[in-house]
Amino acid sequence: MANGATGIGARVKRKEDKRFITGKGKYTDDVRMENQAYAAFVRSPHAHANVKSIDKSAALAMEGVVDVLDGHQLTGDEIGNIICGWAVNSKDGSPMNMGAWSALATQKVRYVGDAVAVVIADTQQLARIAAEAVEVEYEELPVAARADKALEAGAPEIHDNAPGNLIYDWEIGDETKADAGLAAASHITEMEITNNRLSPNPMEPRSAVATYDEAEEHYTLYTTSQNPHVARLVLSAFYNVAPEHKLRVIAPDVGGGFGAKIYIYPEEITCLWASMKTNRSVKWTSDRSEAFITDAHGRDHISTAKMGFDENGKITGFKVDTIANLGAYMSLFSSSVPTYLYATLLSGQYDIQNLHANVRAVYTNTVPVDAYRGAGRPEACYLIERMMETAARELGMKPAELRAKNFVRQFPHETPVIMTYDSGDFDANLAQAEAAADVAGFPARQGEAAKRGKMRGLGYSCYIEACGIAPSAAVGGLGAGVGLWESAEVRVNPVGTIEILTGSHSHGQGHETTFAQIVSERFDLPIENVAIVHGDTDKVQFGMGTYGSRSGAVGMSAIVKAMDKVEAKVRKIAAHQLEASEDDIVIEGGEVKVAGTDKALGWHEIGLAAYTAHNLPPEMEPGLKESAFYDPSNFTFPAGCYICEVEVDPDTGKTEVVQFTASDDFGTIINPMIVEGQVHGGLAQGIGQAMMEQVIYDDDGQLITGSYMDYTMPRAADLPFYSVHHASTTCPGNPLGMKGCGEAGAIGSPPAVINAITDAIGNNNLSMPATPQNVWNALQAASAAQAAE
Amino acid sequence: MDMTGEHTISAPREAVWAALNDVDVLKLCIPGCEEIEQTSPTTMEAKVVQKIGPVKAKFAGAIELLNIEAPASYTIQGEGNGGVAGFAKGGADVSLEETDDGTILRYEAHAQIGGKLARLGSRLIDATAKKLAGKFFDNFQEHLNGPEQPEEG
Repeated sequence: MANGATGIGARVKRKEDKRFITGKGKYTDDVRMENQAYAAFVRSPHAHANVKSIDKSAALAMEGVVDVLDGHQLTGDEIGNIICGWAVNSKDGSPMNMGAWSALATQKVRYVGDAVAVVIADTQQLARIAAEAVEVEYEELPVAARADKALEAGAPEIHDNAPGNLIYDWEIGDETKADAGLAAASHITEMEITNNRLSPNPMEPRSAVATYDEAEEHYTLYTTSQNPHVARLVLSAFYNVAPEHKLRVIAPDVGGGFGAKIYIYPEEITCLWASMKTNRSVKWTSDRSEAFITDAHGRDHISTAKMGFDENGKITGFKVDTIANLGAYMSLFSSSVPTYLYATLLSGQYDIQNLHANVRAVYTNTVPVDAYRGAGRPEACYLIERMMETAARELGMKPAELRAKNFVRQFPHETPVIMTYDSGDFDANLAQAEAAADVAGFPARQGEAAKRGKMRGLGYSCYIEACGIAPSAAVGGLGAGVGLWESAEVRVNPVGTIEILTGSHSHGQGHETTFAQIVSERFDLPIENVAIVHGDTDKVQFGMGTYGSRSGAVGMSAIVKAMDKVEAKVRKIAAHQLEASEDDIVIEGGEVKVAGTDKALGWHEIGLAAYTAHNLPPEMEPGLKESAFYDPSNFTFPAGCYICEVEVDPDTGKTEVVQFTASDDFGTIINPMIVEGQVHGGLAQGIGQAMMEQVIYDDDGQLITGSYMDYTMPRAADLPFYSVHHASTTCPGNPLGMKGCGEAGAIGSPPAVINAITDAIGNNNLSMPATPQNVWNALQAASAAQAAE
Repeated sequence: MDMTGEHTISAPREAVWAALNDVDVLKLCIPGCEEIEQTSPTTMEAKVVQKIGPVKAKFAGAIELLNIEAPASYTIQGEGNGGVAGFAKGGADVSLEETDDGTILRYEAHAQIGGKLARLGSRLIDATAKKLAGKFFDNFQEHLNGPEQPEEG
């Protein structure tokens, strides 16, 4: 019942990497259909404008152009508007103000990149040239490019049904208690905190290939999706493309998602519809420039926060006011990100009794904003952990000491913002991180750096997040339009090999390896005998997909449930054939045995017996295939402590991350190598957010960071060698005790970096990204303030 | 993007003014101008090829002269559509002052770009606009005076 070489806890090399590193992966853009045409979108160069007219004649006259389609034709065919699938009500009970979003704009464009028409042509090149020949006449309108400005009186309104551009004004927690807690405080730390806007940048850009079969009235869509079943559900139930049984969605190899590939975008809808209109397969593949103006952006919060402390450093009250920019339209899960995925985590690792958060979500003339690796939790973590570090400095306490004074130590712990932390050991992760980072030796390293003219600083982040989203009834009560369970099917073939069909989707996470490991562990079989099938709605019955670090805690739990059923049947067959009691059957070493005897059947013999059905227990159905749906009982709560050490060059502001230490509690770890890889990638994205990345719109709503010339991604040379450790507690909520590791690095790291830099330069007032210019300016402000004293 | 400049041109104000209103002169002086056509006494249509950073595009646009105070000043305003490259628009308040050495031409210009131009070229637009303005006045001066080193404003 256990397999040391390839079971749980083994550092198994990734099975999928053979095809990935030899260039044999099969991505959506690799799909070539017979009679395939190409789509190119005609996009608005204006952030806000009325569409006066569209002249297609020149494009239509070009040889090789199949058709030019616009939004009037799309809505004429009753293709539905794109919706946000999570209803969030304002605190006065009114529903959120969701503006209409047509896949192709008809009356008005609301951001640079909003599509107004699509050209279908024989080649991609031709489609792009013809798109240039489509003449669109616009009447420009005033622009609201920033969330705070969009809320000001007199700001241009983007949707008729969202007065003042307000989508909702939502709250959580008890304001009266939070005010009382702050009033009772002996010290209050107050900060304005911005969480910078990011572009997700998966390595593979989005792509879609749609085919309509006229005879069967059936559609097939290959697409870069993290959740093909959710895509099919939404395309069918809301966008009216085709009923589910007439629509197959395949998400083959997908090169990274980070949230951006959860949503169903205008391009996929348009390709499906255009394949029916033109009776051609229609392919669209984004280029990097197009990705910057079509992939949902992340973060973009402006917050003010007040945290009160008593004379012992205990938190007495915490109040947060946040403005969240959701862009020009509400993307699929956009409403949940700054509410249930953000404000519910504002208690951090701390026992805070009096907590209140208010969130206003706002329309602006920018690309829609939705979940990006961490989704709300990085924003919460950044806010709390900047506050804690700053408060410690103001109170003259050690940052670790102030945190430890407030740690939650009793589990389960109910926060005032609806979360129930089920397990954790925050002290253990703090202690392990401090030891691994040699915090005791920091003053010596700082002194040595000073001799070299460098300012060295150290910063902490003690993060907690919520993964494994989530109990379906609970999220349903909070407005989610879907249940968030997962499904699995375990098929034991007549020769004994096993196929696992899962509703999770792997786009870099290594499921083909880790999912096989839990099967190898359970049935003590070689991992080569296990195959993982995912990403095709015709093969897998249903699934909710991969996001929110849910594939382990939820997806694998469904597999475990199905394996329980398989094991029960295997025991029955073996007991029958070996004339023993089911309780005496053990599964090990590729055999099914009667304990304490030499009676045994090979695992493959059980498979064969199940399918020949010559000698099965009475009443037993033939075959060996079981399925299960698993609905979690709670979120899971990964947590940890990150410590960052930086050196700042005071002459230039250039900052180097010289040491980064992580200690995480992810619960049970299936494959430590893959988990370390997830942490490394998450830390790189978090350090990227902290120091380099920022989407910038000018006041006219023009995106001015539209290429890698202006949007800086972290590279290997910008990053240190990480020191990654674990101090785990078992999650009581799922059978494997897993918590999830996919987002922690991106959630926990930004405040550690900024806390380290602000420690180095002696100025708490520094915003992300900490570019050399921003750091240098903060340094000058600090020395000016010092001179004035 | 805003910029201002001042150039001394060794020609009488009337001559400078006339040149500033002469479509053929403008065609010679506007960098990348392929076609320009007078559509009314105060409006023109032009095709201009420009490269801003990595984006090269042909702009089809309209130019209009406003606030005309002959021969002292006018506002020149233009808007060009570069297809998928985006758009550029802008204007300049131009004034002419007569001096002993000739004419001082002053301008206050502003420009805005959108679409792909802004995404890929915004960091380069200031430098490009300065370069184009410089080139225009070099050409203009050369046309009126023959080659001479212009005074930078």
